[in-house]
Amino acid sequence: MAGPVQSIERAAAILRLLARGSGRLSLGEVATSLGLAKGTAHGILRTLQSVDFVEQDRATGKYQLGAALLHLGTSYLDINELRSRSINWADALAARSGEAVRLGVPLEGKVLIVHHVFRPDDTFQTLDVGSLLPLHASALGKVLLAYGATPLEPLMETEQESYTRHTLVSPQQLNRALGEVREAGWAAAIQEMMMGEADIAAPIRGQGGLVVGAVGISGAMDRLCDSKGRPQASLVGLTRDAARAISRDLGAARW
Amino acid sequence: MVERYVMSIDQGTMSTRCILFDHQGRLVSVGQREHEQYFARPGWAEHDPAEIWSHLRRVVVPRALDGAGIRPEQITAIGIANQRETTVVWDRRTGVPVGHAITWQDTRTSGYVEELRRTTGDDFFLERCGLSPTTYFSAPRLRWLFDHVEGLRERAERGDVLFGTMESWLIWNLTGGPGGGLHLTDATNASRTMLMNIRSLTWDDELLAYFDVPRAMLPEIRSSAECYGMASALLPNVPICAALGDQQAALFGQTCFATGEAKCTYGTGSFLLVNTGTELVRSRHGLLTTVGYKVGDEPPVYALEGPIAVTGSLVQWFRDRLGMIHSAPEIETLARGVEDNGGCYIVPAFSGLFAPHWRSDARGVIVGLTSYITRGHLARAVLEATGWQTREVVDAMNADSPRPLRQLKVDGGMTSNNLLMQFLADVLDMPVVRPMVSETVSLGAAYAAGLASGYWPDLEGLRRNWHRAAQWMPTMDPARRETEYENWRRAVERSLGWARS
Repeated sequence: MAGPVQSIERAAAILRLLARGSGRLSLGEVATSLGLAKGTAHGILRTLQSVDFVEQDRATGKYQLGAALLHLGTSYLDINELRSRSINWADALAARSGEAVRLGVPLEGKVLIVHHVFRPDDTFQTLDVGSLLPLHASALGKVLLAYGATPLEPLMETEQESYTRHTLVSPQQLNRALGEVREAGWAAAIQEMMMGEADIAAPIRGQGGLVVGAVGISGAMDRLCDSKGRPQASLVGLTRDAARAISRDLGAARW
Repeated sequence: MVERYVMSIDQGTMSTRCILFDHQGRLVSVGQREHEQYFARPGWAEHDPAEIWSHLRRVVVPRALDGAGIRPEQITAIGIANQRETTVVWDRRTGVPVGHAITWQDTRTSGYVEELRRTTGDDFFLERCGLSPTTYFSAPRLRWLFDHVEGLRERAERGDVLFGTMESWLIWNLTGGPGGGLHLTDATNASRTMLMNIRSLTWDDELLAYFDVPRAMLPEIRSSAECYGMASALLPNVPICAALGDQQAALFGQTCFATGEAKCTYGTGSFLLVNTGTELVRSRHGLLTTVGYKVGDEPPVYALEGPIAVTGSLVQWFRDRLGMIHSAPEIETLARGVEDNGGCYIVPAFSGLFAPHWRSDARGVIVGLTSYITRGHLARAVLEATGWQTREVVDAMNADSPRPLRQLKVDGGMTSNNLLMQFLADVLDMPVVRPMVSETVSLGAAYAAGLASGYWPDLEGLRRNWHRAAQWMPTMDPARRETEYENWRRAVERSLGWARS
C-alpha cells in the first residue's frame, strides 16, 4: 500500500491555516507559516482555487477559504448554472433523438427536473421544470443513485412505492440494477413508472468526475426500445454523448 | 457518402464563435474564443481587429473542426454574422488596422451627433438611410477618425485604406487579405452605417458628402445570401456565401420569413426585430427601419427594430461590479429566494436609453429602496428590467404595425433563465417560445449560406427545421400587470434628464 500523498497533506495544512486565521493570508505568509517553498505553496493554492476551496482577493492578492467549503456535502453546482451550461447539448440531444430531454439533480430523496426540452414535433407540451420524479422508478434517478449523487441507504430500508408491475420495489432488485448501471455507464427505466413509457439517462460529471446530475430522454416505449424491449443502442449512444459533452463543459476533463 | 456541413462564424461583441451545422440544422460542433475589451476612456469601447482575426484563424475555426473530426473539404459553405456598426479601417497593402475597431457601444461621438441633430435635423437622415443619428451607427465614428487621425482622409481618398464593419474585415482576410482579398459588405450591415440609401441599397451620394466619406474606401454592397468568393488559406476553396448583421441573422435563424413575425435576442443588449416584408415601414414610435435580409436577386425584406442597450450586461454588472453572484445563471437562484421585487425597480440606463425612448440624458436609477430590500429583491429587479424594456418595445411595434404581435420567439443566453422567460410571458401577456437551437445568430448565418450554396433548397425547407424547445404561457393577474407596468414607467421617468452635458 502506498504512503500518504504529500501534496494532499500540504493542501490540508493550508486549509487548516486559512481556517485558523481571522483574515486573509498572502502567498508569502502561507509559505513561511508552513515552511514551504513559495512555488510549492503557490501551486497548491492555485489548485485549491480551481476547485473553489480557496478564493483570492482581486485587489490584495491574499487568499482565504472559498465558499465551496461551506457547502461541502450539499450540491456545489448551482442548478441554474447547470441548465445554462447544458442547454445547447440538451437541444442537440432532443433534435437528434426526436424525444423530450430532461436534466435531473437530487433533491430530498427525489429527482428535481431542472431543465426540459420539448419533443421536437411541435405538439402542445408544457414545461416540467421544478417537478419531482421518484429515484427508483426513473432512469435519471437510477443514475443519481448509482453514482452516489444522493444517498442510497433510505431506499435500502424498506420496499419502494410500486407504480407498475415493472417498478423495482425491493432493495435487492434495486441494488442489482444499480450495479448494472455502474457497469454500463447509463441507466434505463422501462415501463417502471408508467406502462408504455420508457426513459434512458447518463451521468453528468463535474470537476474531478463527481456526478452532479443526469441527462436523459423519455418517451413512448415503442420508439425508445427495440422489438425485444431493450433500449435502442443508437439512442443510448446519443444520450451518453450529450452527457459527456455537458461534463466536458463543466470541467470534467476525462469524460 | 461523406457528411457535409455548413460553417457559421459569429463575430460577436464578447467573443468569436464558429459553429458547424448539419442538414437538419442541428449543432454539431463549437469553437469559441473571447477577445480583449479596451476601455481607454469613459464612454470608449474598442476591439483589436488583428486579435479577432488571429483568434478566428488559430483557435476558433480549428477547434470547431477538430471538435467533431471534420475536414475543411467537408464544409459546403461559410456564413458570417457579426456585431453590427463596429468600425474598422485598415491599410489595403499591409492589412494592418488603423488603430482599434471602434465598437457600437462607444459613445465618443455623442457631441458630434448632438450637433448634427441640432443643425441638420433627423428628417434629412431618416429620408435617406431610415435612421436618426445616434452614437450607435458607423458614419459618425468614421468622421471622428478623419478628425483625429492625421492624414487618414487623404489615404482614404487615394484608396490606401479601407473601411468596413467586422464582416468586411473578416471576409477580406479570409479571401487573401493584401493579396487580393474581397472588399465587400451586405445590405443588412450597410444599413447600419448611415451611409446606405435604404431604398436603393447603394451608397448614398448626399450622405457620403455630408459625412465627407470618400467612396474609394467603401466596400461593395452585396446580398446577404449569395456566394461572394472562395476562402483561401484557412479553409481553401470553401465558398463564403452569406453575411448578415447578428440581429438580422437571428431573425433569419428563427425563420421569421413572413410579414409580422418577430424575434427577440437576449444577449449583452436585446434586440427585437419584426419582419415588415418588402414594404419599408417608417416608425412613429421610436423604432429603427432596417434591412432584414436580401437573398440573391430577390427584393430586400425590411424589418423594424427595437434595440435595448442593457439587459444581459445588467446581470454582468450585478455579478462583476456588485459581486452579488458568482455566475450569471445564479441570479435566478437568488431571485427565486424571494416572492417578488419588494417594490424595487432598476432602470439600467447606463449610457442613456435606446428604443423606444432614445434619451441619451437618462442614467441608471434604482427606486423603491427601503430597509426591507434584500439582494434577492435586487436580483428580481435586475431580471424584471429586461422584461419591462421588452414590453415597451413590443408596445411600440404594435403601435407601428397594423398586425399586433401574437407570440414572441426568443433566443440568446438569457433564455436559459426560466424565471425571466415566465416573467416575459406575464408582462407581454402572450406566449414566449424558445426554438430548439438557441444559437440563432449562428444558425441564421448558416441558413443564409446554405441557401445560397444550394445545401438547403428554399425558405420553406428551413422553416421545417424550426422546432419549439420550450414555451411559457402568461399567468399574471391583469390588474397586477398594470400596476407593475405603471410602477416601471414611473421609474423610467425618474431616470430621464439626469446626465447634463
